[in-house]
Amino acid sequence: MNVPASVFNSAVFNSASSSAHIAEAGAHSAASVPFPLLTMLILVPMIGAAVVAVVPKTRHEIVTTLGLGVSGATLALAVWLMTNFDKAEAGYQFASKHQWISQFGVSWNLGVDGISLWLIVLTGILFPIAIFGPDERHERKSYVAWLLLLEAGVMGVFLSLDLFMFFVFFEIVLVPMYFLIGGWGHGNKTYSALKFFLYTMFGSALMLVASITLVALAKPKLGMYTFDITQLAEAGLGQTTARWLFLAFALAFAIKVPIFPLHTWLPDAHTDSPTAGSVILAGVMLKMGTYGLIRFGLFLFPEASSWFGPVMLTLGVIGIIYGALTAVVQKDLKRLVAYSSIAHLGFIVVGIYAITQQALSGSVLQMINHGVSTPALFLLVGWIYERRHTREIAELRGLQKMAPVFAGVFTIVMLSSIGVPGLNGFVGEFLILIGTFLTHRWWAVVAASGVILAALYLLWAYQRTFHGEPDAGDSMEDLNLREKLAIAPLLLLIVFMGVYPKPFLDRIDPSVKALIAHIEGKTSVREPEVAKMRGGIVEGAGAGEGAVAGEGAAVKTEKPAKSEAGKATK
Amino acid sequence: MSALLLTLLAQAGNDIVQPDAALAEAGVVAEKLLMPTIDWTAIAPSTILVTGAMVLLVLASLFRHSKWISGTYIWITLGTVATAAFSAWRQWIRIRPGSFTAIADAVKVDGFAIFITVTICCALALAALVVDGYLKREQLEGPEVFVLMMLSASGGMIMASANDLIVLFLGLEILSIALYVLAGSHLRRAESQEAALKYFVLGGFSSALFLYGIALTYGATGSTNLGKIATYLSENVVLHNGLLTAGLALLLVGMAFKVAAVPFHLWTPDVYQGSPSPVAGFMAAAAKAAGFAALLRVLLTALGTLESDWHPIVWVLSIITMVIGSILTIVQTDVKRTLAYSSISHAGFIMIGVQAASTKGVSAALFYLLTYTFVVLGTFAVVTIVGRRGDAAHSLSSYEGLGRKAPVLALALTLFLLGQAGIPMTSGFVAKFGVLSAAVDVKSYAIAIVAMLASVVSGFAYLRIIVKMYFSGDGEDAPAGAYAVPMGTKIAIGVAAAFTLFAGVAPQALLTFAEKAILR
Repeated sequence: MNVPASVFNSAVFNSASSSAHIAEAGAHSAASVPFPLLTMLILVPMIGAAVVAVVPKTRHEIVTTLGLGVSGATLALAVWLMTNFDKAEAGYQFASKHQWISQFGVSWNLGVDGISLWLIVLTGILFPIAIFGPDERHERKSYVAWLLLLEAGVMGVFLSLDLFMFFVFFEIVLVPMYFLIGGWGHGNKTYSALKFFLYTMFGSALMLVASITLVALAKPKLGMYTFDITQLAEAGLGQTTARWLFLAFALAFAIKVPIFPLHTWLPDAHTDSPTAGSVILAGVMLKMGTYGLIRFGLFLFPEASSWFGPVMLTLGVIGIIYGALTAVVQKDLKRLVAYSSIAHLGFIVVGIYAITQQALSGSVLQMINHGVSTPALFLLVGWIYERRHTREIAELRGLQKMAPVFAGVFTIVMLSSIGVPGLNGFVGEFLILIGTFLTHRWWAVVAASGVILAALYLLWAYQRTFHGEPDAGDSMEDLNLREKLAIAPLLLLIVFMGVYPKPFLDRIDPSVKALIAHIEGKTSVREPEVAKMRGGIVEGAGAGEGAVAGEGAAVKTEKPAKSEAGKATK
Repeated sequence: MSALLLTLLAQAGNDIVQPDAALAEAGVVAEKLLMPTIDWTAIAPSTILVTGAMVLLVLASLFRHSKWISGTYIWITLGTVATAAFSAWRQWIRIRPGSFTAIADAVKVDGFAIFITVTICCALALAALVVDGYLKREQLEGPEVFVLMMLSASGGMIMASANDLIVLFLGLEILSIALYVLAGSHLRRAESQEAALKYFVLGGFSSALFLYGIALTYGATGSTNLGKIATYLSENVVLHNGLLTAGLALLLVGMAFKVAAVPFHLWTPDVYQGSPSPVAGFMAAAAKAAGFAALLRVLLTALGTLESDWHPIVWVLSIITMVIGSILTIVQTDVKRTLAYSSISHAGFIMIGVQAASTKGVSAALFYLLTYTFVVLGTFAVVTIVGRRGDAAHSLSSYEGLGRKAPVLALALTLFLLGQAGIPMTSGFVAKFGVLSAAVDVKSYAIAIVAMLASVVSGFAYLRIIVKMYFSGDGEDAPAGAYAVPMGTKIAIGVAAAFTLFAGVAPQALLTFAEKAILR
């Protein structure tokens, strides 16, 4: 496999101009893939969408199968990517770089590292579920086509190493999502779809200007126009310029995340979106914002990121508290989950701007955790709606009696979202809080209260909807086979990631470490010494939860710090 | 015909325009008429179009009792356009990579002129395809629309290659007068007549101002030849330049009117709304291309040394055009008026390229014009179909449920609207990207930011149409045959859609073409 692969890939690579950094990544990719895997991750769903779009009206019934096949094939590619991923390597793997629009300095530049790997796999997992899970019968053909196009766009966002390409995909995803919300949504769907589209377009408008400015300013230093982010990181911008550019980028991402006070589109979009739309929106599309803050914010503007760090941390903490408190008072179950997303993403933002390895690894992991548990919640809420045609908490009661399996599944997902140890949500939040505590103590203290609030709104909502005696005449079907199949992978991940997060962290860590080192190299920001003992703390966390995690982590370190970590857990 | 006109004009030019030559041959001028040699290849595209128009007129009147003749109009037109485009290609081969002037320096053939010529050819071909079906549907059987479109296009080409303000004016008039008549070519619609009259009165007024501007510029510099004006201005410092500034201002007004820049845009919505839909599309594409050709050539070649004078004006014009154009776009309830205001805001975008006053700015503006031609003609092609017989169903509510009634049509319109909004993977995005990066290159950050914000605002207007098509309406089916799409229109929409996608995904070749198409 290696020999022909290296021939092919090194040829590709020679054609691309590059700095030493890329050459390294290229050399690596040369050894691993015999065909353009990353490009296929984008092209397969895109072509699939086109195929679905031209299926004749008379053969409507094959659309779902086709959609599942295509998204399944994409998932297979993503899994293949995961198994071939070299966890010791911090740089970009499977890199492929080709000239695209040379006049603008734009190249088709893809790569994957520990930060994007899991997001790609998550995207691969969520789309088949979104196509298969919700019982959406109306206009099936265009529905599946839009979803597949959306998948291509999302993949593109997470794979792009070129600012131009990133922008293209970042904005192109708006179109399918807009149609999904507007065409298959509920309630005030047109308004929500428009609001979603324009809000995001507004943010990315400034980001486009900032990207072009960055490229123009980098030209004297780099000697050419290029949108390659690894080269742009060496642009050597002035401090003030970099801060302005960062602001423009951060605005676009903050709207996408969304960070308080730019979140107002999210509850509307989620509430009025079809279940599949919510699953994708919460699962991967919000992560485009946080991913952007890491990949472009931290990497391209390290100084500005740390300078604006306290502001972002504060906004993140406000988001945690505000999202949680607003969730408490929601009457609509789906809106409640939407606000809980704001709170969870607040955690991720806090983790990013703490600028420590734990917190950043925690953020990356938490993106995946949130991407598993919140889509599961949305699926469950969607199924409740399919059965009862309402999501009002007040109108639901005693569901547990009528649908015990449903209630059990809901409980697990809910506990994961709360962050109960042993399930996935805990690991990420814990890492974020530990990492943030080291550099920004008081923010971490306030943020930690968000964990309690999460328990409050979710448990209270559960209590009101599932407990008690059902009203006379109410009925609630239990999960059927299709639904069980759809939710099973997510449940599996929730438990697996909670008990044994090591394989995930192992792949995230090297890239995060490299990024922190990059930031330290560019700025005066230094991680506190204690932060470097991260292995010990993780292991402690693992030990707090279960023997399996403890063993897993113990391989990694010789310095267990069980006692402190144990306390911290409590 | 245009060749004849050009000859006459060049003669006049030789007498008036070249005082140096006249002085050198003092006394000779009075006795001997100087006949410049005519390089036919230099004016080939416009000559071919005029010839085609004449042939079509003659044939149509010779065989006016024969039924078959009306079927040939479109073929004659397309054949003529193809020949004109071919001759433009021959010119391209000849000049590469330079340029040449001909007919006593009155005409200049450079990459820029050829690019605009090709753009206008595309606009003409697409519009003719749509017009063909339109005339049949509206039972307006006559070759006049084709003839006038060809004449108008030839005027635009003359403008693009004019190297003399008088020739420029000539081209402007040929373009405009044909357009005035085209606007009124739907004989049975009062709105059409109204549009024609409005366009004629305001257009005539702006032409007068433009002519006055030529006179003042001539007074200040002693020449109407663009090259000579440039030489004069670079060799002399005009101390009391009131005359020149006034001339510049009036020239700007004339050209800003043609490209529909705020505050000279007031005719646009009414004229677009009243004109036959395919003609409105042609107007938006060809008149804009020709107007910008004139604007770029005059400002950058003749008045390049006055950049500090005109730059702030164009900067302000660009910003208010984008802002006002896009804000007014969102309050329209008529789709044709929406498109009119959107074409105004597009003019503002193209002006970003003008105000950058760089090679990059010029090629970005050219690329924008080419892509806009396809997008806007595609849009108007769909609008023509949705307008139904009578060309009157243009309110937003006419688009309700189009997504179900005519999915392909709706999908095409969605693509064009997203293209106009500048969504990636469409030509509109690459075009917008080009002008923005030209602006950022010369450090005009403010204008770039305003531009992107304006594009969000007008994005709302486009989305509103999409909302109507897909998310509203009661799901009733349209009466059978309500959206019968003639073959020509199908081809036009298909070509425009394919181009919009192609130029959005793989614009390299077109960008190279635009880059090589420099002003000289």
